[in-house]
Amino acid sequence: MTGTGTERPVVPGVRLGRVSFVWRPWLVLVTLLLAAATFLVFCLSIGAGDFPIGLPRVIATIFGGGERFDRFVIMDLRLPRALAGLVVGIALGTSGAITQSIARNPLASPDVLGITQGAGAVAVLLLTVSGGTSAAVAGAAGLPAAALAGGLATGLLVYLLAWRRGIDGFRLILIGISVSAVMQAVTSWLLVTADITDVARAQVWLVGSLDGRGWREAGTALGCTLVLLAVVAGAAFQFRPLHLGDDVAAGLGVRNSPVRAVMLLCAVLLAGVAVSAAGPVPFVALVAPQAAMRLARCATPPLVASGLVGALLLTGADLAARTVLPVALPVGVVTAAIGGPFLVYLLVRANLRRTA
Amino acid sequence: MVRRSEMDAAAGGHTGDDARLAARGVAVGYGGRTVIDGLDVEIPSGVITTIIGPNGCGKSTLLRTLSRLLKPASGTVVLDGTDIAKLRTRDVARKLGLLPQAPVAPEGLTVADLVARGRHPHQGWLRQWSSDDAGVVADALAMTGVADLARRPVDTLSGGQRQRVWISMILAQGTDLLLLDEPTTYLDLAYAIDVLDLVDDLHEAGRTVVMVLHDLNLATRYSDHLVVMRAGSILAQGHPREVVTAELLREAFGLRAEVIDDPVGDRPLIVPIGRAHVRSR
Repeated sequence: MTGTGTERPVVPGVRLGRVSFVWRPWLVLVTLLLAAATFLVFCLSIGAGDFPIGLPRVIATIFGGGERFDRFVIMDLRLPRALAGLVVGIALGTSGAITQSIARNPLASPDVLGITQGAGAVAVLLLTVSGGTSAAVAGAAGLPAAALAGGLATGLLVYLLAWRRGIDGFRLILIGISVSAVMQAVTSWLLVTADITDVARAQVWLVGSLDGRGWREAGTALGCTLVLLAVVAGAAFQFRPLHLGDDVAAGLGVRNSPVRAVMLLCAVLLAGVAVSAAGPVPFVALVAPQAAMRLARCATPPLVASGLVGALLLTGADLAARTVLPVALPVGVVTAAIGGPFLVYLLVRANLRRTA
Repeated sequence: MVRRSEMDAAAGGHTGDDARLAARGVAVGYGGRTVIDGLDVEIPSGVITTIIGPNGCGKSTLLRTLSRLLKPASGTVVLDGTDIAKLRTRDVARKLGLLPQAPVAPEGLTVADLVARGRHPHQGWLRQWSSDDAGVVADALAMTGVADLARRPVDTLSGGQRQRVWISMILAQGTDLLLLDEPTTYLDLAYAIDVLDLVDDLHEAGRTVVMVLHDLNLATRYSDHLVVMRAGSILAQGHPREVVTAELLREAFGLRAEVIDDPVGDRPLIVPIGRAHVRSR
């Protein structure tokens, strides 16, 4: 078979050497604009604080220039925190895009599936049970590792409970909501029974915050996220047909189960890395892929754009929490304020479609 | 009426070495419950084969087994002389196109994007789109008469148009073996005829088609080879003119019916008797 006519092809492509792909100018433009906007907000966030630094000086400093004092404030104090926010946002956005694609449902984000709550419960367990004596342990490697392990264990539990000769999106969500409720109950129980000073620390952590994140936290999160994103990029091509449903994907020659397992594992680990770096920041993983889909006019969550929207959302929320609002709030409060109404919008819209 | 013992003779030149797809002694079940036990079938090449039978007789299970969506507990499915379980899924997808029952496209996905996904088995991580792909997709859109709808979202189309688009997607896959699981489900009769006419066009162009249909008269009209199933095994198979009899319909479906000459076609026509408004005979 050969192409017909010389008019513009229905599906235009581009070729660069051995690489060829479908040419989607709008998606490329939106992705570039999102990257630019994220970088801008990232720099503004670094510049904001008790000692404000202008945008040109921030950009000059992070690219290796700048005065000595600027270098100290930015490189030692502010950059790690901002970088942690950026990485957490990308991880949450990408994670949500994957879980929503697997379930073929916009509600299936790591916070709805219980992964975030599982990570939170285990972290609170460490914070409260260990008590003040081993607070140093909790503050060091312990807390992030516990959160990551909790997220991974919960993700596996949900997957195994939802598995019945394949994964049905709706079943996955229902199981996830139940598991998430159990994890929240465990967290509440721990908070009620624990010592009051531990509870205060746990509460702050549970809201989700970037306060006091240094190079160690940012570096670990960045390294883990880069490795996971590389795996996601490798599997993304085989993952794409799964948007059309299991049977169609299998008909197109995709080995569904291993592809889905790898992608889900990456999604769970990305969410776990995010939670261990910043606490369970709510709603970013739910909102970012849906917003990216609407901006990029895609039918399915675009992976790169979702990560960028996540980063923009988290960095922007952190900046707003520190500057616009009269009191400095943890970033989780702002993302919840944005995410809650968005969740209601998604639910109302889903209901309208079902009754239409 | 053609019995299993006579089926080789009845199917004539269709059986034997020229069958590209065949099941040999397959047993298939779901979680301990056996649906099909020790079934043999050969799909004649170049014609339309339709699997019919009462609800729960295992006709969709057989089609899913032939398309390697279900793994048989025992027995083999043979595609071009090789056990399908030993082939790479990707290589199977280059030979055999499958349209599952009532597929759903993501909301907002355009016709062109959906049909383009049919090229997946021919693409790789680096080579995700080529000018060959563009040509094949354009031809698939034209052949199914949906080229004008290319930029419309699939979910805004009528049921019949939507099914044409899905068939277009498996055509873009570029296989000459097509397996369709109830392609007319949920369609009004006019749309069902429209889709089956398209299936007939594809067969005229040299493709082998296997489908599952519920409607016996449509199956009789559009098929060259009928496989009649009951309770997980094959009751009869052959040309509709030989297979479709009042006796077989009673045996397979428990249906009282008269089989008469179709006033417009050259195939038999099934008239169910039932109880309401029947003239006394």
